[in-house]
Amino acid sequence: MDIWMKILSAVLIVMMLVFIWPRARQMLKESPKGSSQDWMSVMIPLAAVIGFVILLMALV
Amino acid sequence: MATHQIQTVTRTGAVASTLATNKLIRNTYTLLSLTLLFSALMAGVSVVLRVPPMAYLLCIGGAFLLMWLVLPRTANSAAGLGVVFGITGLMGFGLGPIISLYLGLPNGPQIVGTAFGGTAAIFLGLSGYALMTRRDFSFMGGFLFTGIIVVLLAALANIFLAIPALSLALSAAIIFIMSGFILYDTSRMVNGGETNYIHATVGLYLSIFNIFVSLLQLLGIMGGDD
Repeated sequence: MDIWMKILSAVLIVMMLVFIWPRARQMLKESPKGSSQDWMSVMIPLAAVIGFVILLMALV
Repeated sequence: MATHQIQTVTRTGAVASTLATNKLIRNTYTLLSLTLLFSALMAGVSVVLRVPPMAYLLCIGGAFLLMWLVLPRTANSAAGLGVVFGITGLMGFGLGPIISLYLGLPNGPQIVGTAFGGTAAIFLGLSGYALMTRRDFSFMGGFLFTGIIVVLLAALANIFLAIPALSLALSAAIIFIMSGFILYDTSRMVNGGETNYIHATVGLYLSIFNIFVSLLQLLGIMGGDD
């Protein structure tokens, strides 16, 4: 990656951080707490996604 | 008598709410389908034109500025539709140099096709899960946004460190977090957290876009050495 690509990439990421930061802070303060059952209901499909991606990587 | 009236009003309100939710979901998936088609068309144009790699960053920057400065002012009007197509068209056009790069690998067409199919399967599976279960995933908000901040900071560091293993880990983390965002955004539509189909479309489009690019990178790293 040439130096201009690196600089532009860094500028873009900093812009994204500036954009997301206030919403992330608000989310941390206001998000309801999930029970262990709630987290299980999320982790099962996300684990399936991880397994699926590993399968795709093995197939290619 | 009064109890009966309250029950009728409550039932009417519930029906109206369900109809509004169904309309939101239908509008969101229709607009998402159209924007994905438009995005794919623009990516095809970009591949044919052999656009240089710098175009990726410029297009993402342009799309980001539209999302940041224009979309919030137009999301509640018809002009918002044009802005969504502008955002997704730019992002699709920016994908061209990346797709060209992977198509140049020995098994490039297979990698691009697998990333495309894999992204579609992940989106349909997760969105279907959130729609069928109708669970409220709003508790994931803090976790997902913290994850995105950590990933962006690590990506910023890796621009200059250029550690391949970190790049691989970041792609995997992005797929994980964006999959969480698909559940979160779909559940917000179902449970009334999101009432604007333009915002909902942009949120889901960004998750799909990021999963596709990260999956392409993972498959390219793991399968590009054949």
